Amino acid sequence: MATLVGGVCTSHIPAIGNAIARGLEDEPYWRPFFAGYPPVRKWLEATRPDVAVVIYNDHGLNFFLDNLPTFAVGAAQQYSNADEGWGLPTLAPYPGDPRFSWHIIESLVRDEFDVATCQEMRVDHAFTVPQALLWPGGTRPVRTVPIAVNTVQHPLPTPARCFKLGQALGRAIASYPDNSRVVAIATGGLSHQLDGERAGFINKQFDLMCLDKIVEDPHALTQYSIHDLVRLAGTQGVELIMWLVLRGAMTTRVRQLHRHYHIPVSNTAAGLLLLENAA
Amino acid sequence: MSVANATIDPIPGTYIFDGELALRGYALNKMCYSFNDAASREEFRRDEDAYCAKFGLNEEQRAAIRNRDVLAMLASGGNVYYLAKFAGIFGLGVQDIGAQQTGMTLDAFRAKLAAAAH
Repeated sequence: MATLVGGVCTSHIPAIGNAIARGLEDEPYWRPFFAGYPPVRKWLEATRPDVAVVIYNDHGLNFFLDNLPTFAVGAAQQYSNADEGWGLPTLAPYPGDPRFSWHIIESLVRDEFDVATCQEMRVDHAFTVPQALLWPGGTRPVRTVPIAVNTVQHPLPTPARCFKLGQALGRAIASYPDNSRVVAIATGGLSHQLDGERAGFINKQFDLMCLDKIVEDPHALTQYSIHDLVRLAGTQGVELIMWLVLRGAMTTRVRQLHRHYHIPVSNTAAGLLLLENAA
Repeated sequence: MSVANATIDPIPGTYIFDGELALRGYALNKMCYSFNDAASREEFRRDEDAYCAKFGLNEEQRAAIRNRDVLAMLASGGNVYYLAKFAGIFGLGVQDIGAQQTGMTLDAFRAKLAAAAH
C-alpha cells in the first residue's frame, strides 16, 4: 500500500515566484524567508517521495464563477501553468498521476465527498510556488495530484469539513494498492488580507497559535467558522483550511520536524511546517 | 453561514464575497478573469470602454475601472482575485492596491506590514 511519508504546509505568495525567477533569495528582504526552506529540502532528499498530493486554492486561473467547485481533484496526465495576468514566468508542465488521482476520487466519493473531477486543469502560483521552494531549479521529481479547495466564492467549506476531507484523503492514500511514497503539501496562509480598507491586516499572535494547534490539537481549529477566520486571519488568511485538510490526512499524533514563520512576504505572514506521522 | 454573518456581524473594512456580491459583480469579474490571457489584456488596452461594454459592465463598474478605484470595484461586486489581474495590466501588485485602499503611501503601507512582525 502507498505510504504517506509526511506533510509540508507552506505559504504560496506569488512574489516568492518572482523572487526565485530574479535570483533574489539572498537579498536582505528575502533571506529570512528563504532561510526556512533548506531543512525541508534535505528531508525531501532523504525521504524521496514519488508523488505529491497538493492541496491548494485556485485564484481565478482555472476556475471562474460560472462553475466553481468547492472541492476539485485533478485527474490529468499533466498540469500546465500560465502567467495569471501578471506576466509571471510560465513554468514547464507538472506531471500528473491519473491512476492515483482516480483512486483518490473513487475513495473520496465512497466516503461521501462528492468532488469535481478535472481532466484539464491549469495550476496557479498556489500549486507552483511551493514546489519551486521545495525542489529548486525547476526539477520535477514527483508526480502530482492537485486538490483545489474553493476560497473565492463564499460560502467556503468550513474548517471542520476540510479536516474531515483530509481524514478521507488519508484513508484514500493508505488504501492505494501501490508502493508509492506520498508527500502531502498544503499551501496558503498564514494571516493576510488583500482587499478592503483593512488590507494589510496581519495577526501574528493568532498565526503562532495556529502553528501550535495544527501540530498538537487541530480539533481546536475546526471549531472556528469561516467568518471567525476572516476576522482573525484576514480575508485570505482563510487559506488555513488547506492546512487543516493536510492535518486531517495525517495520524492523530504527529511529529513536528521543522517550523518557520516570517513577516512579511508581500502582504502576508509566511508560515512553514514539516510534519511526520507519529501514531 | 457567512452570508448571514456578513450582514449581522460585519468585519470593518472587509468584504465577504458572498452570493449577493457575486451576482452584482459577475460582469466585472468575468472581464477581469479574461485578463488571464495576454490577448485580452491587449484588447482592453486598445479600447477600454469598448472592452467594458463587451462584457456588459454597469455604469458604476465602468466608472470604477476608469478611475482605477479598487474600493469602488469591490463595492460593485468585484472579487480581489480577479481584480488583481486587472491591476496586473498596469504593473501594480497587491502592495500597490493595498496602499490605495488604505489611503496610505506605498512606503507607509510597507512599513505597516513590517511592523506586524513585532
